[in-house]
Amino acid sequence: MENIKFFFQHYGLTQNDLERYLAAALSAGGDYADLYFEYLNSTSLSMDESMVKSASQGISVGCGVRVISGERTGYAYTDDLSSERILHAARTAALIASGPAKTPAVGFQEKPARSLYPMTLPSVDAEITAKVELILRADTAARAFDPRIKEVRASYSDELRNILIVGSDGTFAEDSQPLARMNVSCIAKTEGSSGRGSSGGGGRVALDFFFGERTPEFFAKEASRQAILQLDAREAPAGDMEVVLGPGWPGVLLHEAVGHGLEADFNRKQTSAFAGLVGKRVASEKCTVVDNGTMPWRRGSLNVDDEGQPTQSTTLIENGILKGYISDKLSARLMGIADTGNGRRESYEHIPMPRMTNTYMLPGDDDPEDIVRSVKHGIYAVNFGGGQVDITNGKFVFSASEAYLIEGGKITAPIKGATLIGNGPDVLTRVSMVGNDLKLDEGVGTCGKDGQAVPVGVGIPTIKIDRLTVGGTARKDPGGFMQ
Amino acid sequence: MPTELATQNSQVNTDLKDLAQDVVRRAIKGGASAAECVIREGDEFSTLVRLGQVETLKQSGSKAIGIRLFNGRRAASTYSSDFSREGLDRMIKSAIELSRITSEDPFAGIPDASQLGSLTGDLDLFYPDVYSLSGEERINYARRAEKAALDYDPRIKNSDGGSFDAATGHKIMANSHGFVGEYRRSYCSISAVPIAQTEDGAMQRDYWFSVSRNLSKLESPEHVGTVAAQRTLRRLGARRGKTKKVPVVFDPMVSTSILEHIFEGINGDAVYRGATFLAGKLGQKIAADSVTVVDDGTIPGGFGTSPFDGEGIPTRRTVVIENGVLNSYLLNTYTAKKLGLQTTANASRGLAGTPGIGPGNFFVQPGKKTPQEIIAAIPDGLYVTEFLGHGANLVTGDYSRGASGLWISGGELAYPVEEITVAGNLKEMFFNISEIGSDLEFRGSVACPTIRLDGLIVGGE
Repeated sequence: MENIKFFFQHYGLTQNDLERYLAAALSAGGDYADLYFEYLNSTSLSMDESMVKSASQGISVGCGVRVISGERTGYAYTDDLSSERILHAARTAALIASGPAKTPAVGFQEKPARSLYPMTLPSVDAEITAKVELILRADTAARAFDPRIKEVRASYSDELRNILIVGSDGTFAEDSQPLARMNVSCIAKTEGSSGRGSSGGGGRVALDFFFGERTPEFFAKEASRQAILQLDAREAPAGDMEVVLGPGWPGVLLHEAVGHGLEADFNRKQTSAFAGLVGKRVASEKCTVVDNGTMPWRRGSLNVDDEGQPTQSTTLIENGILKGYISDKLSARLMGIADTGNGRRESYEHIPMPRMTNTYMLPGDDDPEDIVRSVKHGIYAVNFGGGQVDITNGKFVFSASEAYLIEGGKITAPIKGATLIGNGPDVLTRVSMVGNDLKLDEGVGTCGKDGQAVPVGVGIPTIKIDRLTVGGTARKDPGGFMQ
Repeated sequence: MPTELATQNSQVNTDLKDLAQDVVRRAIKGGASAAECVIREGDEFSTLVRLGQVETLKQSGSKAIGIRLFNGRRAASTYSSDFSREGLDRMIKSAIELSRITSEDPFAGIPDASQLGSLTGDLDLFYPDVYSLSGEERINYARRAEKAALDYDPRIKNSDGGSFDAATGHKIMANSHGFVGEYRRSYCSISAVPIAQTEDGAMQRDYWFSVSRNLSKLESPEHVGTVAAQRTLRRLGARRGKTKKVPVVFDPMVSTSILEHIFEGINGDAVYRGATFLAGKLGQKIAADSVTVVDDGTIPGGFGTSPFDGEGIPTRRTVVIENGVLNSYLLNTYTAKKLGLQTTANASRGLAGTPGIGPGNFFVQPGKKTPQEIIAAIPDGLYVTEFLGHGANLVTGDYSRGASGLWISGGELAYPVEEITVAGNLKEMFFNISEIGSDLEFRGSVACPTIRLDGLIVGGE
């Protein structure tokens, strides 16, 4: 897809306009100003009871103006891209400063950027009937999986986000960001029991992704399998024990336990439990954790962040030692650290801040089967819902939706979903085994921070944590777990 | 510092109602058999002050429009922020095209004309005084809240800031059965998030806030900061708890979560799909005798109040659970038809998509005991002040969440605890609500007094 100057073409925006707007933003002084233009086109479909009940499409356009003065940020936005509304927003944002006007840099320089998601036909422009076919296929496959599957809900959504970012330091960046996903969820029922399951995936991919790599049948069978499994799940144990995490989406552990705590804004303000720990051991030697925005096609990837900075792969923890934080422009300037290209915002209505992209642990040398075999009494958790963290005291949770007991080194009974809770700054010090089977999630992650949601990815190989608290209902008896 | 917002012209008031009706007319002309148009406009202001300095200052307005239309029994919806003639035409045309690929659903449609309407009279939802403070004064509110917290105790050395927010919203709706309605709402709030630290460097953070539809009813910034400081200090020195089965008391900030689970279990969408263990239980006992839960969209000034629901039907008061018996689900027109019942006027409509279901003002009737009396009766137990993570499965009833709070020992709040879980099954939990406090207070649209639940397992060491 050609990188045409989208806003120039469709809204008659000229370089001269951009310079005028930036000048208005700095009309009361300030250290930096930027404009973030966004045109978002989205589609979504959903079905249940084997009927496509909902189809929706929409356009959202706007521009956000930011002015930074020292540690202060002024922000205003408009959904009307006329000159007078953007100038009004610029002057409103300018109220954060109070001094003589500053002059923006002359001319813009576009930094060489990646092309992580090139495609000839973004899915938003594909035939809607092809998208309907995906969810119809999912519905059929889920119902065919097992007669105990009673209810199936399948959905598909995609978007194309065109952005333009210009800054008073000459920053100029454009990107066209596709995103697509499909989801299936099922409910299984028998006389005495019920269960639910859910599976989905996608990425910054074109529609053919769902006809090749990850089909509707794949997600449908996964969701059905989980729902059926839950029918026979027994109570999960409660208390501290050994926990083995399967590869892929269980990487939510990293996102919650260390990811948020390593966002630069929290560390600048010293509100994070990780503040001041750079150079210290925060994990076992087997742990290397990175945040990488440069992986092709991935939901959490970006060519440039929402401040126009090219993304990169940032090593957060190396062989257990904390190396650094993920940052945005403001944090980089105030802390004297590198801008890692992690400045993201939910939309033009929001102020950017450090956010994760794809956060994962590098593979180790251990055989995943040896990892399970090493556990006397514990659990093996392979699927999760979401998680949450209090970055100040470091406590984090993530909720297992599919897990099993490990007894004497063998995976035995499936157990009901339980929340696992731990302490971020030390949980990774108890990672005693790291498998060689790194997987990333299927492409369904959304991260919330300060009321702003952004798409992210997570990943992990099979790992063993020597001690983690499991929020089950069955308490340990001296002889083992209560049945 | 001048902070006047030049919002859209004031004539736009009538213009938007005319516009919504015009869009509906054009949709019908374009081939739709029924149509519904929603317009939202609003503005917001927010400031965060940290360690006495302004950190952010944000102010703006926005407007957007959405249409939901029917092609026989096929539905589709589109939305846009482009109010030009071409933009609106494109929006309508896309919806009509989209409606060709959805399924014929015999239950789909907009409500009958006879059901439509709007509550009359002043519902006390809009006060322009939320913007009456000057820019400097608003910043000062935020600064004062934070300062009161920072000054409260030397162990409070840091802060995530004090904030002041204000917003107004305007919603207009019209449909092809002749409904036209609109209402405005206002909102302002102050908050403080202090951070306390013990000598070994361990930090704890908590918060307090006040929210109101008008400025005069906000708690003072000093009060907000002081309570935030007290709640934060209370967490210092938190230790882990032991794994055991004990009575658990939920403070009002977290007891609302029980109501959220109830809502998840009795809303029409979940019920008709069988995605809740409460499906098919109308008229049956599902909770303890002391539990009465009400949904009321008509309370003047309420955070969950509106003159009409998302489909244009006047809101009302519904007793959802009465003395433990499930009396009513919460429904919109579609789910009511699916279940052979009448709508309870709880349709909730964003700009796009099918109407969902949302509560109005949703609350548990208070009991007689004070929180102190409830705690005093417990020799060994847990008082939860915060939950982490979700973890309620309404299909199976399984419940497991991370928590922090205070351990109850000998009828008193003894010491703070953290890094523990609370688990059980909602099917039993609703029956095991053994005490409901007298302290019902609305800090949002969902409210619940202090409650005590028995039979839960605390997971820890």
